[in-house]
Amino acid sequence: MFENKNFWVYIETKEDGSAKNGGLELLGQAREMVDQVDEEVIALIIGNNVDKAVEQVKKYGATSAIAVTGDVYSEYNTDVYANAVVENVKEYQPNVILISATSLGRDLGPRVAGRLATGLTADCTSLGFEVDKKEVQWTRPAFGGNLMATIICADHRPQMGTVRPGVFERKEYEISPNFEVITKDIDFPQEKILSRIVEVIVDEDADNVDLEGAEIIVSGGRGLGKPENFKLIEELAEVLGGTVGSSRAAVDAGWISHAHQVGQTGKTVGPKLYIACGISGQIQHLAGMSGSDVIIAINKDENAPIFTVADYGIVGDLFTVVPKLTERIKKKKNL
Amino acid sequence: MNILVCVKQVPDTTEIRIDPVKKTLIRDGVPSILNTFDAFALEQALQLKDKNPANVKIVVASMGPKQAETMLRDCLAVGANSAYLITDRKFGGSDTYATSYILSKAMKKIEEEEGSFDMIFCGKQAIDGDTAQVGPELAEHLGLHQITYAINITLNEDNTTALITREVDEGKIVVEARIPVLVTFTKTDDLRFASIMNKMKSKKAEIKEINYEDLEGIDDTKIGLKGSPTRVVKSFTPDVKTDGIIIREDDPNEAFEKFAEELEKAKLY
Ligand SMILES: Cc1cc2nc3c(=O)[nH]c(=O)nc-3n(C[C@H](O)[C@H](O)[C@H](O)COP(=O)(O)OP(=O)(O)OC[C@H]3O[C@@H](n4cnc5c(N)ncnc54)[C@H](O)[C@@H]3O)c2cc1C
Ligand SMILES: Cc1cc2nc3c(=O)[nH]c(=O)nc-3n(C[C@H](O)[C@H](O)[C@H](O)COP(=O)(O)OP(=O)(O)OC[C@H]3O[C@@H](n4cnc5c(N)ncnc54)[C@H](O)[C@@H]3O)c2cc1C
Repeated sequence: MFENKNFWVYIETKEDGSAKNGGLELLGQAREMVDQVDEEVIALIIGNNVDKAVEQVKKYGATSAIAVTGDVYSEYNTDVYANAVVENVKEYQPNVILISATSLGRDLGPRVAGRLATGLTADCTSLGFEVDKKEVQWTRPAFGGNLMATIICADHRPQMGTVRPGVFERKEYEISPNFEVITKDIDFPQEKILSRIVEVIVDEDADNVDLEGAEIIVSGGRGLGKPENFKLIEELAEVLGGTVGSSRAAVDAGWISHAHQVGQTGKTVGPKLYIACGISGQIQHLAGMSGSDVIIAINKDENAPIFTVADYGIVGDLFTVVPKLTERIKKKKNL
Repeated sequence: MNILVCVKQVPDTTEIRIDPVKKTLIRDGVPSILNTFDAFALEQALQLKDKNPANVKIVVASMGPKQAETMLRDCLAVGANSAYLITDRKFGGSDTYATSYILSKAMKKIEEEEGSFDMIFCGKQAIDGDTAQVGPELAEHLGLHQITYAINITLNEDNTTALITREVDEGKIVVEARIPVLVTFTKTDDLRFASIMNKMKSKKAEIKEINYEDLEGIDDTKIGLKGSPTRVVKSFTPDVKTDGIIIREDDPNEAFEKFAEELEKAKLY
């Protein structure tokens, strides 16, 4: 049997030092599993400015935190961060490490798993737990979302997985009375840093468009025909208090920025309501939104695959349906 | 400049459908293709070669069954210099850890023939396994640093560093990376086609094979199903909704009224 103990959650931080949602969501999920075996949930936070994140993890279910800080962590570099994770793992021997499947998480995770010679399950959308063996059952989509697989890591520790942001909700917990922060100062020699950032071209929308956290999303696709018609989508989103999303076809056509893209190579979203307008519903799009609570499809082709995941749908021209719907909602809400 | 491009043959998962009754994947008639991200990685290598044909050599390598030869020939037809198929029953069932380990060993073997590699290119992910883990894990086994999610690469004059544009959640980042480096690419468009002449030629080209016996000192506990830390214990097709309320009416106004009524009934706004 393994000696390894505790669940770790890697907490990714934003520019301002606060935690990204993905990690906070995983704390709650780890807590549910850990409470069955009386172990701890430890937040692992790396950065040169982690105070805000520490306050947040306390609230969202961590029972303790490890913070690795220092100037060398001011920008993300795979080798520098992987080294910090691995050093801590070697010292404390966790049983499980959960990482949010962001672009950073999916860059860091395999590097760490490779070095620890352990298994890593990619991009999970649900987690089970076998209490006796303290074994996580990781479930994930493969084949572009056409197949779900449940995966275990039986003989290696730690068990590792990346988990799609947005599939679990953040949960607030009472602050653990024994909460403590272990601060680590792990150096990394400058001369071993083999790449550096020379330019950041921020997608202006990336910071403002929070699809992962959105409760309502209205998305437009190629069916809109031209960029100006996204206005219809924006208007509907506005009356619903929702966020604008899109298919990749609309992004590739240059009608809207990548920050809005939903799907396998865009964001994975899990809103209460998702409205797809003029989107055919190819599997790569469905991969990003089929976890929504309620899906509404507006499409003129009754055979469009989007209808196979829709709870409500209308076969019709979006140019009549969408504005009418906007008007109807406005009236209903007295806007 | 010696570039190794790792390529995988995959079913075209955009063509796969789920049998709603049997709840299985319908794979009949689904073509096998060069993984789309790998095609882009190869294209980026070819563009470097276009700029400097005399000094850039491109080697492609794939681990997989014999039929992956067809795909390797396609890579030769668009301009790769040589191709290797890494194949052995002992490699079957490998997860990403084992796959990347075998690839790292095979790469060392290929280097004996082709000289050492300055850059390794991979796709971001294979569109069947979809893990996006083999690139970083391969880099780890090789002790190379990695740059993931690349959409563009250019080299400095003396080929000691590369300028790489990455596409990440926050936007685009340009990094300067020291060579040697492993790069994974995340786009799938702007590919070239082979001329008929080159296609014909590639049919007769040699695909070099690497088997288990060729990989000296390979650790048996790290390969194949047995050497894989992860194990798939169950697979199933995702649920397809069959109870959705879809309004189809000839008259658009009537359709809309019914539609709106349903949404209101469900208190969706
Ligand atoms: C590896 C890979 C990754 C990918 N990742 C993503 C991803 O992350 N996200 C993504 O979205 N796609 C992704 N794709 C692309 C995906 O396969 C589809 O090409 C894309 O989703 C299509 O976008 P669309 O539905 O807007 O366009 P189309 O498929 O062209 O559909 C347009 C739809 O609009 C309807 N329409 C047209 N006019 C009207 C009208 N007036 N009123 C109502 N309906 C109308 C049509 O009936 C049609 O169904 C990926 C593909 C690959 C290979
Ligand atoms: C349903 C299912 C789910 C799975 N889930 C997991 C999982 O969560 N974790 C895990 O460790 N394994 C998993 N596996 C096993 C995994 O699919 C295989 O190890 C596969 O060989 C490599 O993973 P990938 O297809 O995801 O490749 P990726 O890691 O997505 O591939 C990235 C790049 O690596 C290169 N590459 C990948 N494979 C090869 C190859 N054979 N030859 C040459 N270059 C290659 C290509 O450049 C490719 O673009 C799963 C398998 C199945 C069937």
